[in-house]
Amino acid sequence: MRGYFVGAGLAIAVAAMTTGAMTTQAMAQSEIKIGEINSYSLLPAFTEPYRKGWQLAVEEINAAGGISGKKLVVISKDDGGKPADAQTAANELVSSENVAMLTGTFLSNIGLAVSDFANQKKVFFLAAEPLTDAITWSKGNRYTFRLRPSNYMQAAMLVEEAAKLPAKRWATIAPNYEYGQSAVAVFKKLMSEKRPDIQWVDEQWPPQGKIDAGPVVQATAAANPEAILNVTFGADLVKLVREGNTRGLFKGRTVVSFLTGEPEYLDPLKDETPEGWIVTGYPWYSIKTPEHDAFLKAYQAKYNDYPRLGSIVGYQTIKAAAAILAKAGSSDPEKLIAAAEGISMPSPFGEITFRKIDHQSTLGAFTGKTALKDGKGIMVDTAYRKGSDYLPGDAEIEKLRPKD
Amino acid sequence: MAFYVVQFLTGLASAASLFLVASGLSIIFGVTRIVNFAHGAFYMLGAYVAFTLTERFSSAFGFWGGIVVAALAVAAIGVLVEMVLLRRIYHSPELFQLLATFGLTLMVEDLVVLIWGPDDLVGRRAPGFKGAIDFFGQNIPSYDLFLIVLGPVVLGVLWLLFQRTRWGVLVRAATQDRDMVAALGVNQKWLFTSVFALGVFLAALGGALQIPRDAVNHAMDLRVIVEVFVVVVIGGLGSIIGAFVAAVLVSELNAFGILIFPKISIILVFLVMAVVLIVRPWGLFGKPEAPARRTPGLTVNPWRPLTTNERLAAIAVLVVAAALPFVAGNYLLTVGSEIAIFVIFAVSLHFLMSVGGLASFGHAAYFGLGAYGVALLAKMAGLPMIACLLLGPLLGLLGAAVFGFFAVQLSGVYFAMLTLAFAQIVWSIAFQWVSVTGGDNGILGVWPSSWAASPSHFYWLSLGIAALAVVILRIIVFSPFGFALRATRDSPLRSEAVGINGKRIQWTAFVIAGTVAGLAGALFAYLKGSVFPDNMGISLSVDALVMVLLGGVETVSGAVVGAIVYKALNIWLVSQTDLSKLVLGGFVVLIVVAFPKGIVGTLEAFMHRRRKSSSSASSPLLTSRIESAE
Repeated sequence: MRGYFVGAGLAIAVAAMTTGAMTTQAMAQSEIKIGEINSYSLLPAFTEPYRKGWQLAVEEINAAGGISGKKLVVISKDDGGKPADAQTAANELVSSENVAMLTGTFLSNIGLAVSDFANQKKVFFLAAEPLTDAITWSKGNRYTFRLRPSNYMQAAMLVEEAAKLPAKRWATIAPNYEYGQSAVAVFKKLMSEKRPDIQWVDEQWPPQGKIDAGPVVQATAAANPEAILNVTFGADLVKLVREGNTRGLFKGRTVVSFLTGEPEYLDPLKDETPEGWIVTGYPWYSIKTPEHDAFLKAYQAKYNDYPRLGSIVGYQTIKAAAAILAKAGSSDPEKLIAAAEGISMPSPFGEITFRKIDHQSTLGAFTGKTALKDGKGIMVDTAYRKGSDYLPGDAEIEKLRPKD
Repeated sequence: MAFYVVQFLTGLASAASLFLVASGLSIIFGVTRIVNFAHGAFYMLGAYVAFTLTERFSSAFGFWGGIVVAALAVAAIGVLVEMVLLRRIYHSPELFQLLATFGLTLMVEDLVVLIWGPDDLVGRRAPGFKGAIDFFGQNIPSYDLFLIVLGPVVLGVLWLLFQRTRWGVLVRAATQDRDMVAALGVNQKWLFTSVFALGVFLAALGGALQIPRDAVNHAMDLRVIVEVFVVVVIGGLGSIIGAFVAAVLVSELNAFGILIFPKISIILVFLVMAVVLIVRPWGLFGKPEAPARRTPGLTVNPWRPLTTNERLAAIAVLVVAAALPFVAGNYLLTVGSEIAIFVIFAVSLHFLMSVGGLASFGHAAYFGLGAYGVALLAKMAGLPMIACLLLGPLLGLLGAAVFGFFAVQLSGVYFAMLTLAFAQIVWSIAFQWVSVTGGDNGILGVWPSSWAASPSHFYWLSLGIAALAVVILRIIVFSPFGFALRATRDSPLRSEAVGINGKRIQWTAFVIAGTVAGLAGALFAYLKGSVFPDNMGISLSVDALVMVLLGGVETVSGAVVGAIVYKALNIWLVSQTDLSKLVLGGFVVLIVVAFPKGIVGTLEAFMHRRRKSSSSASSPLLTSRIESAE
C-alpha cells in the first residue's frame, strides 16, 4: 500500500511539473502494466520462489517511485505447462489488459511459443527462464529477449571445469526432451573440442519425470565410465541419486551436472547429497557482494525464507523489465527494443547487459562442487562466471540467428 | 553375466511397484466396471500421508507402521469417495464414472500442493533396507530385494483372498456377471464398497512404498496412472495374475530395452500394449467379454432430427454467435475461435462415442495429425492457408484409416486402450523425430493468411466450419449409414444378421471422426500459430472425453454444449486462479452428481417429463428406461 501512495504521489508530482496536455495523459495512465506468464500450477516448486522474487521487485520499484512516476503493475497468468494455454494467456494480456510487454515462462517450448506469438503480434517479450538456445539463436526474433544463461552458456561453464578432469570415458544421463538433448549435444561438442582424446561410452535417455532409476543406473555402470554428465533434475534427480548412491554408481567417478547446485534441486536431496559433483547453481549462503547482500536481506525480511534461484530470476526479470521501460520512456515495442538492446543494469549477481547481437543477457551462473554440511547439500569452491565470457563469437552468432 | 542377473532383478523390483498399483485398479475395474482415473491420485495420497507419518514417527516400527497406516487411511478416503460420489452414479451411462474420478484427480493435484507445499519431499530410507548387497561385484539395493519378495507375496495373498474366501467368490462372480450376482440376492452396495476399498488400499500401499526410492511430489499421479492402465490391459482386465505377468513383462523389456535403445522408455509400454491387443484382443490373461445382455444405459426414446422450431432456434443461436465480433474485443474473439474449434473436436469424438458406441481414449492423435499436417505443409511445402486447411486434415484421415482398421476389431475398454496406444505412438513420433517435427519445441510460425488473420475473420471461419461440422455429422447420424452404425452399436449380432458389415461401418465412422478431428487440429494450428506434441497428448484426449460426457453421451449433439461449457470454464479459471484444477475438478464432480446424464441429457429428460405431464396421451412404454440390473 505504501508503495502505491508513494508511486501515486510521485506520479502527480511529475505530472504537475509537465505541461497541461501532458498532465491529463499522465493522470489517465498512472500505471504501467506488465504481463507475466508462468507454469504456476505445473511447477510450483520453481514458480513459488519465482513469484516471491518478482513481487519483491515490484514492491521495490514502486517504493522508489515507479517507472517514470508511473506505478508498475504486474498481471500474472498461469499457463498450466501447455504452450497453447500460454498463448491464450499472452493474448489476453495483450488484447484485454493492454500490457506494455510480456515476461516470464519456464519451459523451453512455452518460451518459444510465446516468443513466436510476440513476433507475430509485434509485442516485446522478455523470457525469464527458458534455457533453450533456440530462443535467442536459431528461432530468435527481434521482439524476444532472454534473461537466464542459456544451455550453451551453462555447458560452456561446466566444460571449463570438466576438461581439466583426467577422465577419458564419459557417459551421459539426460531427460529425453529438447532441454536434455541440447544440453548433452552442446556439452559433447564443446568437450570434444577441448579434449579430442575422450570417448563417449554410453548415453541414457529416461523420459522426463518418469525415470526408472534402477535400470538406468545399472546400465550406466555397465559401460564403466570414468565420469558422468547428468542433466536430470527435480524428482528424477532424487531417484537417480538415491539409486546411484545405493548401487555405488558415483564411487570413484566424477559427475558433472547441470543445475544441481540450485537450491530448488539440491535441497530436497538432504543427507543423500552426493559429494564432489561439479555443478552450476546458486549458493546464496556464500555470495558476499553488496548487491547480493541487499537482495538477500530484503528477501528474507519480506518472506522469512531463503531465496532459490527462481527468486533471483523472478526478481531480476521484473527489474530488467522496469529498467527497459524506464529507458524507453514509452511502451511502444520498437522503442522498447531500441532501449533493451545493449542496456546495462545492476543485478544481485553484479552488472548485466542485454546484448544487441542476440538479445541474450550476460547474467552468469555459479559453478562449484557439491558437499554435505550438517546433513544438507551445499555448494563449495564456488565461483561466479560471467555470462559474457561463455558465449560464442559474434561471427558464429550471425550464422546461427536468422536475419530479421 | 552378473550384470544381466542384476539388471533382471532390478526390473523385477520395478515390476513389483507397478504390480501393487495395477492389481488394485484391475480388481476395481473387474467388479465395478469403473475406469478409476483417480487411482493415481490415491497412489500419490498414499505417498504423501506416509511421508508425513514416517517423518513424525522415526523408529523402525514408526516407519513400517506409518506405511500401513497411510494405506489404511487412504483406503478410508476411498470408501468415503465410493459411498458419497460413485454410488450415486453407477446407473449413469458407461464411462460417466471416469468423469467423476477425473474431477477428483484434478482436485487432489491442487490439494496436495496446498497441504504439503510445492517442494519435492524426500522421505527416509526403510530401516533395515538402507544398503546394497554385493552380487559378484554388482550392487543390488536390499530394498529392491524386499520389493521383489513383496510382489509375489501380495499376489499370493490376493489369490488366497479370491479363491478361498466367500467374499472372494462373490467378487469373482461379480467380475464375470454382475447382474446374475445381483439376481441371486447379494448386496452389491457393500461388495462394491469393499472392492473399491481394497483397490485403493493397494494403490496407496504402492505409493507409500515408493518413499525410500522416490521424491514425493504433486505429479506422481499422472506419472503412474497411464502406465498402470496399460499394465492392467496387457494382463487382461480383472486378472490379477495377468497384471503381475504384464508388470514383469513391461519392466523387464524396459530394463533390457534401454541397453540397446536408450530412448525406448518413453514409448515402450504402449508398443507392447498395441502388439498384445492386436494379437490377443483381450489381453494376455483376459477372457472375451460376454455379449451385452442389454444396451448399456441407453434410453428407449429414439433419436429424432430436430423439429422445424428447434432448427429455427439453432439458427438463431448461430446468428447470435456470429454477431459476437460486433460487441466483443479481440481476446474474446480468439477465445471464441478456440471454443468453436473444440466444438468441432468434441463432436467428432461424440460421433464415434455415442453414434458408433466406440469410446476412444486417443482421439487427440487425429487432432494433432491434422495440426501437424497443416504445419508441415505450410512450413515445408509453403502452401497457402486454404490448401493447408483442405489437405492438412487428410493426415488425420490417413492416421484414422490405418489405426482405425486395427482398433475397430476390438470393443469396449480394449478398443479405448488400443486407441490410446496408437495416440501415444503418434505422439512419441512427433516428440522424437526432431529433424522433421522439431521435437517438443514444435513447429513455429504457422500463422493464417492475411484474409483470416484478424480475430473476427478467424472467428467467423471457425464458427462457420464448426456449424458445418455439426450439421454434416447430424445428417450422417440420420442417414442410412447412421442407422446402420447405430444398429451395430446396439446389437452387433442382430445387425450382422440383417446383413450389416459392422466392422466396415465402424471403420468408416472412425475415419469420419478422425478426419473431422483433423480439421479441428488444422484450425487450431492456425489459431495458435504453432504446433507442439502436446496437441496429440493424453490430456487433450481426456479433455475431449470430458466434453462429450459433460454434454451427455446419449444425446445427438450434446458435445456441442459440453465443449462450450468445459472450454470456456477452463480458459476462464486458468486466467483467474492458480487453483484452476481444484475449482474445475470440483465443478466436474458437482456436474456429475447434479446432471447424471450430462448437461444436455438431463435437460432433455427434464423437457420430456414436462411434455409428458402436459399431454398424458403419450405412451408410458416409450418413455420408460431400460433399468440396469444393479
